[in-house]
Amino acid sequence: MADVIIKASDLKKIYQSESVETTALSSVSFEIKKGEFVAIMGPSGSGKSTLMHILGALDTPTSGSYILDGEEVSKLSDDQLADIRNRKIGFIFQAFNLLPRTTALKNVCLPMVYAGVPKEERLEKAKKYLEMVGLGDRIEHTSNQLSGGQQQRVAIARGLVMNPAILLADEPTGNIASSQAAEIMSIFQEINEKEGHTIVMITHEPDIAEHAKRIIHVKDGKIVKDSDGHRQRKAGK
Amino acid sequence: MEYAEIISEAIGTLTVNKLRTGLATLGIMIGIGSVIALISLGQATQQSIQSQIQSLGANLLTISPGGQRQGAVRSAAGSNTSLTLDDANTIKTSPQINTIQNVSPELSRRAQVTTGGNNTNTQIIGATAVYPTVHKLNMDSGSFITNRDVTGMTKVAVIGPQVMSDLFGDGAAPIGQSIRINGQTLTVIGVTQSKGGSGFMNQDDIIFVPLSTAQKQLFGVDYLSSIALEAKNSDVMTDAQNQVGYLLLSRHHLNDPAQADFSIFSQQDILNTASAMTGTFTSLLAGIAAISLLVGGIGIMNIMLVTVTERIREIGLRKALGAKKKIIITQFLIEATVLCFIGGVIGMILGVLTSYLISSLAGVPFVLSFFAIFLAIGVSGAIGILFGWYPARRAANLQPIEALRYE
Repeated sequence: MADVIIKASDLKKIYQSESVETTALSSVSFEIKKGEFVAIMGPSGSGKSTLMHILGALDTPTSGSYILDGEEVSKLSDDQLADIRNRKIGFIFQAFNLLPRTTALKNVCLPMVYAGVPKEERLEKAKKYLEMVGLGDRIEHTSNQLSGGQQQRVAIARGLVMNPAILLADEPTGNIASSQAAEIMSIFQEINEKEGHTIVMITHEPDIAEHAKRIIHVKDGKIVKDSDGHRQRKAGK
Repeated sequence: MEYAEIISEAIGTLTVNKLRTGLATLGIMIGIGSVIALISLGQATQQSIQSQIQSLGANLLTISPGGQRQGAVRSAAGSNTSLTLDDANTIKTSPQINTIQNVSPELSRRAQVTTGGNNTNTQIIGATAVYPTVHKLNMDSGSFITNRDVTGMTKVAVIGPQVMSDLFGDGAAPIGQSIRINGQTLTVIGVTQSKGGSGFMNQDDIIFVPLSTAQKQLFGVDYLSSIALEAKNSDVMTDAQNQVGYLLLSRHHLNDPAQADFSIFSQQDILNTASAMTGTFTSLLAGIAAISLLVGGIGIMNIMLVTVTERIREIGLRKALGAKKKIIITQFLIEATVLCFIGGVIGMILGVLTSYLISSLAGVPFVLSFFAIFLAIGVSGAIGILFGWYPARRAANLQPIEALRYE
């Protein structure tokens, strides 16, 4: 049960622009185990977004090692990273990033299209996950016909549909109303507890971070506090 | 991921964004359509001019009096009077000439023609019975001037369709009616078929009268303004030109061909001159077509650039969800190709329809220019696909995170 899903050792990220070097991450090491619900917290400019990009295989570290679900990610090519993102990571973005004017069903199908899942199986799975996030009656709605909370739920279904090693959420409640934010958090807790999905959530809001089981505080490119096994706040209760 | 999947993804995106697809197609359509219409019309006009000149008669040689010469041997009687009916008769009967089939002596003048309340200023041609044979002229109704009319100096006239509508109105029955030219009353005995043409060579705005009537009764002259010769076939044109040339030189008592007081044009000469003229015209049209092609191309380029640029975030998302570079590029390439294909086919149909419509309105023959179709579709298609592919390739090369943040 205590498999290590994420093992980050000595991650560094330095941005080089002309003559100026900016250190976004300096020597970050941590582990996340299967079934954890981790919030990465920090003020803007702390390096948490850079960390999220590296954890999401959207970017590679300047040095250090990042092992995701047993695969070393830090040295892969662009196309290999695309494959890792497709199979092992479910993304939830602040701005939802659904395809505009496209139905919820097709949005959820998209990662499976790139994975080469046959069409019947895609539709079946997409429906199943949309039902799971409570949108079974809106599968043919296009993204602009849905509220912010509903769009984020479509994004969650899209993130889960490939059964990834981790669900990576970047400020998932940043663009939606607080009443709907609680709903999103309760979905997170449910899929974490009932389905055992590993969730890594980046946020700067303490009361959102409190929904996680563990909070990693990042500041100036370093981990300043890792409060494991903290009290967990129950969403909407 | 299979190609069938990428194609269905690309077509799905095109049907989802109907306005964007519509606008891009429209741009390509107009670009291709206008170039096809323009080039087709240009070629049609050129062909129309050439066929008009050819319809004057094949194997045709025309003798015209020469211009005033320096150090003239001849008196100042004037260059216009050097050709006579005797010249024409000699060409016809001379044993030295075996290449000429028909000789048509002609006197051409402009005059005012009146009938009832209408009048027009038109070209009067004094002609003989062989005129229609030599000039490939057909009758619409009635009959042409006969040899008896010429010897009897009868007061009859054959009118062209333009003159008929000017004097009598469309659909009238002019045969048997009278017209007045220079104080003489002539009876209309026939109407020629339309030979088309406009501007500098309207072959319908014309009146034929017997040569003798024109010379003696209408204009009071005894010379000819031209002699038209029909050679036996197009291979003997040069021989015919030489034979007739030397005969006329000796008849006019001239030794040196350089002093000739006449000139002989073959149909080929006229065609060559006209070709030089239409050549200029063609370059002009080619210039306009090139500009349209450029403008159309830039339009297509802009639409494709905008279409791809506004979708950079989408590209970022697709990459984040696991799309490989090649798949993104292939998808956009397919989208651009489908757009160019649909726009190209519609544009081609529109271009052909437009040129058909304009040519039927302007009365020029309809020419389908395959060159124009290939050029327009080739250039526009290449531009559309290039500028659909190039920004997509750039976006696909971006880090997904940069593309997602793109504003």
